[in-house]
Amino acid sequence: MQVPVTGDFTPIALLILGVIALAGVIALATHLIGPQRSGDTKMATYESGMEPIGDARRRFNVRFYLVAVLFIVFDVELIFLYPWATVAGSYHEAKAANAAWANELAATGHTPLYLLGVIMVFFVLLLVGFIYEWQKGIFKWD
Amino acid sequence: MSIIPDTHPVVAMIERIIGNPLVILGGIAAALVAPVVVLAILLQFAWFKALLASQMGLSLIFAALTVFILLHLAGLGTLAERKIASWMQDRIGPNRVGFWGILQPLADGGKFILKEDITPDHVDKPSFILAPFLAFTVAFITFAVIPWAGYVKWPWMPADAAPLHTAVANVDIGLLYMIAVGSMSVYGVVLGGWASNNKYSFYGGMRSTAQMLSYEVPLGLGLLIVFLSSGSLSGNKIIDDQINGVGGFAIWNIFMHPIAFILVLVAAFAETNRTPFDLAEAEQELVGGYHTEYSSMKLAVFLLSEYVHMAVNGALIMLLFFGGWGLLPFINGPLTVDNHSWWAMLAKYGIIWGKISAMILFYIAIRWTIPRYRYDQLMRIAWKGLIPAGVAMLFIQAVLVAFNLHTHKHWYVSLGVNLVVLAFILAMLGRSKNPVTGRQENMPHIQVVPA
Repeated sequence: MQVPVTGDFTPIALLILGVIALAGVIALATHLIGPQRSGDTKMATYESGMEPIGDARRRFNVRFYLVAVLFIVFDVELIFLYPWATVAGSYHEAKAANAAWANELAATGHTPLYLLGVIMVFFVLLLVGFIYEWQKGIFKWD
Repeated sequence: MSIIPDTHPVVAMIERIIGNPLVILGGIAAALVAPVVVLAILLQFAWFKALLASQMGLSLIFAALTVFILLHLAGLGTLAERKIASWMQDRIGPNRVGFWGILQPLADGGKFILKEDITPDHVDKPSFILAPFLAFTVAFITFAVIPWAGYVKWPWMPADAAPLHTAVANVDIGLLYMIAVGSMSVYGVVLGGWASNNKYSFYGGMRSTAQMLSYEVPLGLGLLIVFLSSGSLSGNKIIDDQINGVGGFAIWNIFMHPIAFILVLVAAFAETNRTPFDLAEAEQELVGGYHTEYSSMKLAVFLLSEYVHMAVNGALIMLLFFGGWGLLPFINGPLTVDNHSWWAMLAKYGIIWGKISAMILFYIAIRWTIPRYRYDQLMRIAWKGLIPAGVAMLFIQAVLVAFNLHTHKHWYVSLGVNLVVLAFILAMLGRSKNPVTGRQENMPHIQVVPA
């Protein structure tokens, strides 16, 4: 037995508000309770007891950028796969249950094999990019 | 004359009281009985019954209950972690606060609140304060779409009423919400690392960001394989498929998609910054990582959100691969999907929390078993190991879907393909000269010269 899903996000919105209120209470409590005794050394950067050399706003390895760019590419590709996964995964079941959307897909020639072909083109594009990145040595960390 | 100062008589008395096992066990029993009594009293009122019978009321009660349980589970988790660590390392562990150290989390919490909240001079103040609470908020809203205990129909509801779901929200995007919100946990870490303006924090934050982003992809791939086999993003449908079955055969997804399970499990470890992937807070290299400059409750909030992430990821793994609130594989007794009675709902809720606790114990056991990976190994495991394996499995699953061989009715097809691919991967690993976790060829060879 399935309870139909809804587009009602109200409980999630209320949950978010509640958790933000809880976070606010904790922030306020930690600010009010506890001593406040500051000093030059206490407020300085922690560098294992050494005199701090410069600050942390400095250059870092370009690989971190590359990982971020790669992630954007892959994650967007994955997001495109979710609609396909729900449609293709429930297609046969819906067709057997004579659902309207499955019949419409079948009538317009969008058979499971057609969906497979479309997604294979997508996979090949993804794979070409992945192999290119591998050969370029982006995944090489040393 | 002893050099240890005498304990104040009041402190000594408190120590004697909380050191008594009977007091502690009695306290735990009272804490368990009290909610039942309160519930029994509240159930005498018509408005409370109406609240329970309305979908919004039940959703909000489950939201509050889950936040409450997660907060306490985090406290118990720290105690379990220290006790198991001491057991595995042949030490005693915490045993001073209360009988068997059982009040240690309470003492830790009290100490965290009473400590000074230091905001150093050099930090970027707004982001420094925002970061831990961002991590906290994100951690506590991720669980909203998990169907905790199937459906319920109260005895006082009319016979023809539809049963209520026990997720906070039964939304159409389903588990996609968890992926979307779960990815946001990166922000707390990277913001904390950057705002601290400390080299340790900065490198910890950078490392953690790259790690979380890299392991987001295998996680997505593993989830996609399960979504494909159920044809739905809804947690209820995925559990129904494992308990009720499709075409008369019910089987847990772990037996259908072991490779997807491995992907999601490894990604869950990396996402929560747990050993062997705790590069972000590698003590020997980066002191505390992104929370080096944090103190007091701000630090506690960071640690708390890590534990909550562990629990929520555990719930996700249980939902996807271990039949959610199902009792045992193939055996469910009276706890079927169609049993909408209130006692079945409570039993299901207990079972899923038991499974999550087991998962947390597994996290802890792994922590003291496997040493930390080096950073290049970590990146290679994700990009050269897990992602190709995930894409290959997704490819195969797509072919199975086209020929309608992906459902639980044809579980043996999925399992067979998975075993073949697993054997192939193991054979490849055995033959490889540069295994994923091994040295890289361009690393300098270090020769140890005897003195």
